[in-house]
This record gives sequence, structure tokens and C-alpha cells, in this order.
Amino acid sequence: MKNLVELVNVSLSYGKTLAVSELNMAVAAGSFAAVVGPSGCGKSSLMKLVTGLMPATSGSVLIDEREIDGPVSIVGMAFQNPNLLPWRTTLENVLLPLEVVRPERHQFRAKRKEFVERAMDLLRIVGLDGFADHYPWQLSGGMQQRVSLCRSLIHQPRLLMLDEPFGALDAFTREELWDVLQTIWLERKFTAILVTHDLREALYLADKVHVMSNRPGRVVRCVDTAEFSRPRNERTFIDPKFNENVMELRAEIRAQRLPIEIKSAAGSEMTP
Amino acid sequence: MTKFERLGSIFLPILLVFIWQAACIGFKIPSFVLPAPTEIAVALWDNLYIIWFHSSQTLLTTVIGFAVAVIFGAALGILVGSSRFAYSSLYPMLVGFNSVPKVAIVPILVVWFGIGTVPAILTAFMLSFFPIAVNVATGLATIEPELRDVLRSLGANQLDIVRKIGIPRSLPYLFASLKISITLAFVGSVISETLASNRGIGTLMTQASANFRVSLVFAGLVVIAAMGIAMYVIFAMIEKRMTAWAVRGTTFGVGG
Repeated sequence: MKNLVELVNVSLSYGKTLAVSELNMAVAAGSFAAVVGPSGCGKSSLMKLVTGLMPATSGSVLIDEREIDGPVSIVGMAFQNPNLLPWRTTLENVLLPLEVVRPERHQFRAKRKEFVERAMDLLRIVGLDGFADHYPWQLSGGMQQRVSLCRSLIHQPRLLMLDEPFGALDAFTREELWDVLQTIWLERKFTAILVTHDLREALYLADKVHVMSNRPGRVVRCVDTAEFSRPRNERTFIDPKFNENVMELRAEIRAQRLPIEIKSAAGSEMTP
Repeated sequence: MTKFERLGSIFLPILLVFIWQAACIGFKIPSFVLPAPTEIAVALWDNLYIIWFHSSQTLLTTVIGFAVAVIFGAALGILVGSSRFAYSSLYPMLVGFNSVPKVAIVPILVVWFGIGTVPAILTAFMLSFFPIAVNVATGLATIEPELRDVLRSLGANQLDIVRKIGIPRSLPYLFASLKISITLAFVGSVISETLASNRGIGTLMTQASANFRVSLVFAGLVVIAAMGIAMYVIFAMIEKRMTAWAVRGTTFGVGG
């Protein structure tokens, strides 16, 4: 399968701090990739790199095998904070990207009916079709995150970027939304990149889990999860192989974290 | 507001007026020092036409100056809030300008425009645009960076972001500032009228105090206060209507 996203020897620095260094990663078109790693490993930088919001300091970011030099408009994004506009209803919030992205922004008035239908379809999948006219403050956190998910998909992006979208939710809602996301993905088959701290979430949703090292981040390991059949469900959680993978990933990330703590302790002794 | 809270806003002023009245009578304060509320009421009634003649002028200059301030202040706020360059170059100047006592500028305005309406409008404008500009700029500058990323990744330019998010987002800030600014606009036009005008509440009060008609001075103050409160209430009502989403009720699901 062709790669939709490919990062080749990418580095990114903010001033003197190197956030990402020698990062290599490839995401096949139509696949679901997850990125996990210790906190501060440059996962959010990865988001900015892939979407073209921030240019790589060195190396190249390829989308469709072509190097990018600015924001790519094939992306939908969702974050830990749903960031809904409080003055817009659910439906209006979902429609927002169509008022901005080309070519839809110029057809917005003419095709409004079609766009509304498209939005209602998405809301139906996430189970919010009865809440189209509600305002964000009338929705629970989980519902808001569903709306945010719909908003990130309304313009039918080929690439969905998720930055810890379920991080702030309670465990039940989170697992519920995993299934919602899986359902949409199985139906629409876009490419997805999920950045997360939750290892079970990564293994449950992704085809491939990329483990990043401590800062400066690079991919140190890839775990293929093709052996867990789709659609995955609660039985996947009790699969011994699944839990083995969780343990392995956890050990890997611990190992990534440990050296820096020793180093920083040693460093503090040297400074005075 | 509960009924009890609402009653407080009516009873406290009434209580104060009673204490005032009692003090004037009890301590035998002469009316050219501090007129009793009843005397002020009489002065108000006796001079109704003169007060109307002057207060209509004050209301006019205030509203015109304020209207210009809203347009100018909002435009300036949008500019300063959406462009980092505009922020760093304009902000220090704005703060400097705002620190200048406007009383000191009135004589200059009189030299340029003569006495009367124009300096009053300009003083009202100068005093009231600053809070508007600062508030609108704050509303724009505090757009969540992630939301900005969402729009930018869709190919939105700065103008799209300001239009779709910035301006609606800054509306509650704008209306909050209007309530403050309208009262400042009154202060501005009255200052100007006091110094250089032959019409307006400020003029009336200067003339009345020169003639030792202290109760008429107080009547003027009452009228200004009443106009200020009326304008404040009008803008508070507009605010409530325009930005219901920002002053949302605590009850879940109502009004959806």
C-alpha cells in the first residue's frame, strides 16, 4: 500500500531546544497509526509537522510522496480540548470547516442543504443527531468531544490527526468513544494518526503503534497489531496477546524515561 | 437576581436619601453648603425646562462621542488584537494617550474647534474609546491556539480566523466595555462643558455654582447620574440579548 504520510530524517527545533530529531515514520494510506511515548517526547510537534503548520528544521515531510511546504488542506484535526465555538449550535460547529476550506467555502450557500445532510450523517454515527440544535454548554464533555470529531471529519479529509482526543474524559466515556471512532474509521477508511498517552487506546485503535523516544523524539519501535481482528471489542481487551503488548510497550516507555532522570540528577550535581 | 437582591438596589439609595435628609435637618446644614434632597427635588422641578435644555445637549454630545468611540475603538481593538505588529507598535502609544488627563486637552480642542459641541463630543470620544479597544483586543488575542491550528490547517488566512472566531468571541468583551465606556463618555462631555461651552449640564452646574444656587448644582448631578444609569441599563440589556451564550444559564437544557 502507498504511504500517505512519510517523515524522512525529520528534525524540529524551537530556538535551541531540539523537539524532534532524526524522526522516521511512514503511515500507509487508509491505515490507522498511533504514536505513544513519554511525556514531552515531541508528539505535539509531530502533529504540527505532518499538518504542515510548522516547517521541519531539517529532513522532509512527504504527503502523497510529495514534499510539503505549508499547511496541507487534506487534514482534519481534533484535540484533547474540544474547542467548540460557544455561540454556535452543534450543527453550526460541525459545519465550520466547510465555511473555510476550499472549494467548499465558495459553495457554502448553494450547497448548504447537502452539507447539512453530511453533518447530520456524521452526528448520527456518533449518536448526537438529536442534539444538532444544542449549544456546547448544554453537552457533556464526551458529547462535546464527539462533536469535535464530527467537525474534524466534515470536509472529508484524507488524513485525520488526533492529539489525545480522549485524554480528559472518564474511563467509560473514553472506551465508548474508542468504539465510535473505530466505527467511523471502518466506514470511511481515511488515514488516521492518533497521538496518545494511553497504551490500551493505541493498541485497540491502531494498525501500527509507533513508540517515540524521550526528547528529542524519534521513533524507536513499531508494534503491528494486525493480529487483532476488526472490529475490535471488549474481547480484544482480554486477549492475552493484547495485554502482553501493553506490558511490552509500557516497559519500552519506562526504559525511555529512566535514563533522562538519572542524567538530570547527575547534571544537577555538576551545576554548582 | 432574586427578588431580595432586586429590592436592595432600590432600598439602599432610598435609605441614603433619608439619612441625607435627616442629617440636613438634624445638623441644620445651610442649603448653600449641602442642600437637602427635598430642596434638590424642588430645584429640579422649578427648573425643568432649563435642565431639559442643557441635559439634551449633554446627552447628544455624549451619544455622538460614544458612537464614534465604539466604531473607532472596536476597529482599533480588532487591529491590535489580530496583528502582533500592530499590537507592539500601537499599544504603548495607546497607553500613553490614555494616561494624559483629558481636562488638559480640552483647552487645545477649544483653540482648534471653538467652544461648544465639538470639543464635548471629542472629549467624550477620547475618554471612552480606550476600554473598548483594549477589551476587543483581549477577546481576539485570547483565541485558543488549537482552534487557530484547526482553521489554519484548513487553509484559513488571518482574516478568516478573525471573522469566524475572533469577532464573535470578542463580543462579550465588547459589551462589557460598552457599559463602562458610556459612563466615561458622560464624564468627558461634562468636563468639556464645564470648561468651555454655553450649553450642557456642565455649563448649567458651573453657572449655578457661580450664583450660589447649590441645589441646582445638585439637581444637575442627579440628572447626569440618572442618564448614566439609564444608558448603562440599555447596554446591559443589549449585552444580555447579543451574547446570551456567554452569560449562559446554569440550568441544563433550557433554551436549546
